[in-house]
Amino acid sequence: MATTTPTRDAHIPPPRRPAPPRAAGGRGGKWRSRLWRFDDKASPYAYIAPFFLVFGAFGLFPLVYTGWIALHHVEMTGLDQMSWVGWGNFDTILHDSEFWTSVANTFVIGVISTVPQLLMALGLAHLLNYKLRASTFFRTLILTPYATSVASAALVFALVFRADGGILNWLLHFIGLGHTNWANGHWTSKIAISAIVIWRWTGYNTLIYLAAMQAVPTDLYEAAAIDGASRWQQFRKVTIPSLRPTILFTIVISTIGAMQLFGEPLLLEGGSLGATGGNENQYETLSVYLYHYGWGLGHLGPAAAVAWAMLALLLIIAGINLLVGRLVRKSAA
Amino acid sequence: MRITRTVSSRRGRRSAVVVATSALTASALLLTGCSSGTDSGGSGSDSANGQITLTVADYGQFGYKEAGLFAKYHKLHPNITVKENVTADEANYYPKLLQELNSGSGLGDVTGIEVGRIKEVVDTKADSFVDLSKTIKPSDWVSWKEAQATTDDGKIIGAGTDIGPMSLCYNRDLFKKAGLPTDRDQVAKLVAGGWDDYLKLGEQYKKNAPSGTYFMDSASAMYNAVVSSSTEQYYDKDGKPVYKSSPSVKKGWDLAAQAAKEKLTQGLPQFDPAWQTALRKGTMATVVCPAWMAAQIATYAGPSYKGKWDIAKAPGTAAANWGGSFLAVPKAGKHTKEAAALAKWLTSPAQQAAVFKAAGLFPSNQGAYSLPDVQNGKLPYFNNAPIGKIYAQEASSIPVAVLGPKDADIKKAFSDQINNMEQRGTKPADAWAAATKNIEKIVG
Repeated sequence: MATTTPTRDAHIPPPRRPAPPRAAGGRGGKWRSRLWRFDDKASPYAYIAPFFLVFGAFGLFPLVYTGWIALHHVEMTGLDQMSWVGWGNFDTILHDSEFWTSVANTFVIGVISTVPQLLMALGLAHLLNYKLRASTFFRTLILTPYATSVASAALVFALVFRADGGILNWLLHFIGLGHTNWANGHWTSKIAISAIVIWRWTGYNTLIYLAAMQAVPTDLYEAAAIDGASRWQQFRKVTIPSLRPTILFTIVISTIGAMQLFGEPLLLEGGSLGATGGNENQYETLSVYLYHYGWGLGHLGPAAAVAWAMLALLLIIAGINLLVGRLVRKSAA
Repeated sequence: MRITRTVSSRRGRRSAVVVATSALTASALLLTGCSSGTDSGGSGSDSANGQITLTVADYGQFGYKEAGLFAKYHKLHPNITVKENVTADEANYYPKLLQELNSGSGLGDVTGIEVGRIKEVVDTKADSFVDLSKTIKPSDWVSWKEAQATTDDGKIIGAGTDIGPMSLCYNRDLFKKAGLPTDRDQVAKLVAGGWDDYLKLGEQYKKNAPSGTYFMDSASAMYNAVVSSSTEQYYDKDGKPVYKSSPSVKKGWDLAAQAAKEKLTQGLPQFDPAWQTALRKGTMATVVCPAWMAAQIATYAGPSYKGKWDIAKAPGTAAANWGGSFLAVPKAGKHTKEAAALAKWLTSPAQQAAVFKAAGLFPSNQGAYSLPDVQNGKLPYFNNAPIGKIYAQEASSIPVAVLGPKDADIKKAFSDQINNMEQRGTKPADAWAAATKNIEKIVG
C-alpha cells in the first residue's frame, strides 16, 4: 500500500464530468476540490466496508469473545454467570492427558489422510492432464465425493467399517482375514477416518492440481522432450516445480482441514461413543474434544481454551510450513 | 528466477496470514456455532382458526404414542394437536435441551427431563420453566418424586412421569436352549440371593449357551442396578461428590469387573445402535430391567420376539429405582398454559396407567396404583408377565435417593469404563483410574 499511494497521487485523474467554469471567488471550487479529495480518500473504505463489517460480526467478534470465554468459568447451565479464572482453563486442558491424546490423534490422522490424499491427487491430475476421451466426464466424476456432505459420507463409511456385518469385513473374510472391529482399534479407527477424508478430498485437490498443470506452458514440455526427457522426468522436472505454489496451497488448506476434522470422527460410530472419540478416545480429534468438553460436559471455559490452543497449534504448523517452504526454495535456487 | 522467488515468498507470507485468519474464524465459529434452531421441535404454531400444535420433546420411550394418548388428547381438545419429537439417547437429548434453553428456540412446548439431570436443572435452570406448583398436587406422587423437581423456594418445574423399579428381563428361548428354567418364579428363585447369584446363573448359562449369545447385554446395567438400590450414590446429603468411597459404587463396580472377566456379557453400551441390533438379533439372554426398559426391548427386539421375552423379579431383596422422568414446560413456549395442562393430563393417574398398560412404564402418580390397568397389568410382549404385581411390590420399598447435579454424567463415565473392561479387557484398576479421572473433569 505504502509503495502504491504516491504513484496514485502523482496522476490524479481528471474529474469525470467536464468541470463547470470556476467561480471568481474560488471558494466553491476549493470546497469542491476538498469534497473531491474526500471522495477519493474515503470511498475506497466504503467499498470494502461490507466485507469488514461482516468479518467483524461473524469472524472477529466470535474469535475475541471465544478468547474472553477461555479466561472465564462458564457453564452451559448458566451462560450469564461468568467468573474470571485467568489462565486456569488453559492449565486444565494442558494437564489433561485426553487433550494430548487428541493432539496426537489429530496429528496422526492428519498425516495419514493428507499425505496419501495429495500424492494420489497429483497422480490423478497427471493422468487427467493427458488427452482423454470423455475428459469432462472423468473430471466431474472425480469431484463427486467433494459434493457429498460429511454426514452422508460418514454414514456410508460407518456401514462399510461396521464390525458387525460391515461391507469391508464381509469382503475381507473372502480372503481369509479375520474379523476386525475397525472403530475399536487404535490404528484401524484412524485408518477408517482417514479413508473417509481421502475419499472426500482427493478429487478436490486433483482439480486444483489439474488447473495448475494446464497453466504450465507446453513449450517447456517440448523443450524437455527434445532434450530427451522421459515422461517421468518431465513430470518430476517440469510439472512438479511449476506446481510448487499450488502444492503449498493445497498443503496449507489440507492442514487446516485436518486440524478441524470433526464430522468424520463424530459420526464413525455416532451416539455417545462418537462424542468422546471412541471408548478409549482412540480417534478423538481436537474438535471432538472441544465439542465434548463444551457440549457434552457443559464446561464452556475449557472448550474455548481448546479452540485457542488449536489456533496456536495451527500457527506453529504454518510457521514450520513457511520455514520448510523457504528452505526448499533456497535449495532449489 | 529472482522475480519468481520474491513472488512466491510473498505468497508464502500471505498463505500464513490466510492460515491464521481462517483458522481463527473457523475455530471461533465451531465454538460459538450453537444450535441454529432446528425447527423440528418448534414451539407451538398457530393457524387462523385457533388450532394449535403442541410439541412434546422427549427421549427413549415415553409410551405416549403406544398408549394412543396424543390422539386421545386431540379428541378431548379438538383445537390442539400434539406432536412428539423423540431423541433416542438421553445423552444426546440433554445437551441439546440446554442449548435450546440458552437460545430460547427449538424447544418443545413440553419437554422431558431425566431423573439424573433433574437436580442440575432445578439448581440452575429453574427460571426457564413454568412453575407447576399451582397446576399439580405434589402429594399425588410417590413421596420423593416431586421433591426431586422442587426448587428451594418451592417452585415445581416438572410433573413426574414414571419411576424405574427394577426387574429382570430374560429371553425364554435362550434360557431353554441353555437348559435353564423358563418359568419366571423359578428364575426369580435362582437369583433371590442377590447379584452374586445372578452372576452364578450367568456361569450356568455360559456352559450350555447357544453359540454367539451372551448372558447379559452389558455389565454396566447390572452396575447401575446395584447403585440404584442405595440411598447414597454419587453425592452425599451436602452435595459433595462421594463416588470414590461410595459402597454401592464399589460393589457394583466389582460385580461388573467380575462379569467382564468371566465374559458373561456382550459388552454393548446400552441404547447404542449396536445394542439395538443385538436385541433384534436376540443374542442377549438377560437385560436388567427397570420398568421403562421393557418398552426399549419391545421396540428394538421387534415383533418377531413377541412372547419370547419374560420378566422376573430382580435379583436380591433391595428395591431399586433406576431412571424415570419428568415433564416440564419451558417458559419460551408460545402456549405455556395449554402445555402445562397437557403435562398435567399426561401425568395424571388414568394416563400413567394407560402408558403402563401399553409400554410398561411404571406410574409415579400414586393415584394410578389402585387402577385395574396397573394392578392387573400384564405385558403381552413379555409372555404376559404380571408386571403390575412385580413392580408394585418393588416400588413400595424404593429408597429415597440423594441426587446430585451430575449424576447422569457420572453414571455414564463409570458405564463407559465398564464397557472398556468388557470389550477391551482393560484391567479393573486402570478402568477405575480412567473413570475417576473423567469424573473429576465432569464435576469440574
